[in-house]
Amino acid sequence: MKALMSGLRNLPGWETTLVVLVVVALLGGGLLSGDFLTGQNLSFLTANFSETLLMALTMTLLVIVAEIDLSVASILGLCSAVLGVLFAAGVPMPLAILAAFVVGGLAGLLNGVLVTRLGLPSLAVTIGTLALYRGLAFVLLGDRAIADFPQAYTNFGFGTVPGTLIPIPIALGTVLAILTAVILHATPFGRSLYAIGANEVAARFSGLRVERTKLLLFVMSGLMSALAGVVYTFRFASARGDNATGFELGVIAAVLLGGVSIFGGRGSVIGAVLAVFLIGLINGALTIVDVSNEILTIVTGLLLIGSVLVPNLVARVQAARQRRRPRGEAVSP
Amino acid sequence: MKSRSLLLSALALGSVATLAYAQTPALKKGLKITLLPKNINNPYNVIETSGGTEAGKEIEANVKIVGPSDAGASSQVSYINTAIAQKQDALVLAANDANALLPYLARAKASGMKIVTMDSDTAVSGRTLFINQANSEGIGRAQVQLVGKLIGYKGDIAVLSATPNATNQNTWIKWMQEELKLPKYKDMKLVKIAYGNDDDQKSFTEMQGLIQAYPNLKGVISPTTVGISAGARYLSTSPQKGKVMLTGLGTPNQMRAFVKDGTVTAFQLWNPADVGYLATYAAAALVSGQITGKEGEKFKAGKLGEYTIGKNGEIIVGPPYTFDKANIDKFDF
Repeated sequence: MKALMSGLRNLPGWETTLVVLVVVALLGGGLLSGDFLTGQNLSFLTANFSETLLMALTMTLLVIVAEIDLSVASILGLCSAVLGVLFAAGVPMPLAILAAFVVGGLAGLLNGVLVTRLGLPSLAVTIGTLALYRGLAFVLLGDRAIADFPQAYTNFGFGTVPGTLIPIPIALGTVLAILTAVILHATPFGRSLYAIGANEVAARFSGLRVERTKLLLFVMSGLMSALAGVVYTFRFASARGDNATGFELGVIAAVLLGGVSIFGGRGSVIGAVLAVFLIGLINGALTIVDVSNEILTIVTGLLLIGSVLVPNLVARVQAARQRRRPRGEAVSP
Repeated sequence: MKSRSLLLSALALGSVATLAYAQTPALKKGLKITLLPKNINNPYNVIETSGGTEAGKEIEANVKIVGPSDAGASSQVSYINTAIAQKQDALVLAANDANALLPYLARAKASGMKIVTMDSDTAVSGRTLFINQANSEGIGRAQVQLVGKLIGYKGDIAVLSATPNATNQNTWIKWMQEELKLPKYKDMKLVKIAYGNDDDQKSFTEMQGLIQAYPNLKGVISPTTVGISAGARYLSTSPQKGKVMLTGLGTPNQMRAFVKDGTVTAFQLWNPADVGYLATYAAAALVSGQITGKEGEKFKAGKLGEYTIGKNGEIIVGPPYTFDKANIDKFDF
């Protein structure tokens, strides 16, 4: 037991807690309903948060540099609409997908330019573009829905990795999560993000190109949202202007619950990914015992508040404990 | 274990019934049926699903009502997946999108679940049966029958429709004209079809125009909820109130005041509770093997009587329901 505890202590704290919580959610769901811990149900359930997982990856990077992108779900909707409109107009699917990525990249670029070149707060900018991009999606599609996508493509959104129950979008998300984790935790670029988030002025004085880095992150966020838009469109075989409305809340809730500090400078990709799974599992467990949708929304809201509150409290408790420690004992950084 | 003995007893019951009636197996007891309306908390949907609950009590089925709080294209998907995981016997749904749900419904079907749509259909491949509120012929004829009764089968009548190219309204009007050819309407004359474009103001002035232009006008049929309420608003302040009989398709909540103050004697719409009631019976009949969904098959639906499956698995609930002073307070939608 002691060995286990010290083993756990070597892991970064909040991520360990999240692992425990994910296990608790799995077991709890299993206790609530015998239908929960089946491969099929877990497969459905994870497919459900594919887009959230994808968008949470770039959101993690943005929040680490103390920025935020509230327009992700609107970019998703806009790219879905672009894809649908072009497909309906007879454009070959690969070109339509490419166009969706171009639009996503441009949407991210606009966010980034407004934030870095005009020096506007990203919270305000992306609330504006949240409305703007969603509006554009409705201009393109109105209340129409484009469906009848070729099955080869919808299979990509809907199917599982051959021979397993792992949904293809989740497999894709996992690969991208590993890639993002490597970039963030093992490259100079990744380390520079922490420096920018922790102290932007110091980062600038030490020669980091803060504006260019942030601009790049916004473009990446736009591209990732475009990917999520493509996944969503194929997963539901339906391009509509209202696709994924409100998903930005789930993404931000996951990133914050994942231990990424809203003030920047702290956080990890694995934390955000674990939090996406945790929220998804809790929602899935409550859904399978027929808890109503209103309650689910309340739970997401409480998790969002809790995710800001709990790390804050933990930090305070730790600080208080360190103060109480006798002098001479090593204090971990 | 419990469910197995239940299943066994159900099987036993089923076989006894088979012996007794040879061809139609009895409805199984303890069926698990999920009702998935477009969204919950919408008064229309609440009444519709209450019909399902009532039917569930009669046939001793386990009926549960789940659904999203928004009527978005894809928000029903997780409920379909949950129903699969919960191994429900049947799913009765009003589809928010004719195509987005198809791959998920296919998966539900593959798991052995029976799919019945009500009110709002999916593509035919998505379900076995579709419970339609009323067919065009039934609606058109019933409207003329009602106005004929109200004006004593004598005098000029007019139609206040939606837009000139509204498919459903035009089909209803065509059937109204067919009904008017019958001998009992020989003293009634359709003098004008006016179009209020489903716009409140336009419908209001069109109603005004009709009454001024045709002094012998005795009745107006407005087969659109916008038209009938705008028309009633004009009529309620006009000296012709109580002399010109306005009827059509409206909802109890928007027409209540006009029925109570005597402007409108009676109007029609389908009773949503009957839709949910019939859909639940149809689902139970499918699961119990009474029907397979082929055209021409018959089954009994409790108080509503016997139904025959039509083309493409469509079943019509019946002629529209007539609301008047006596029954309007029983409805809230």
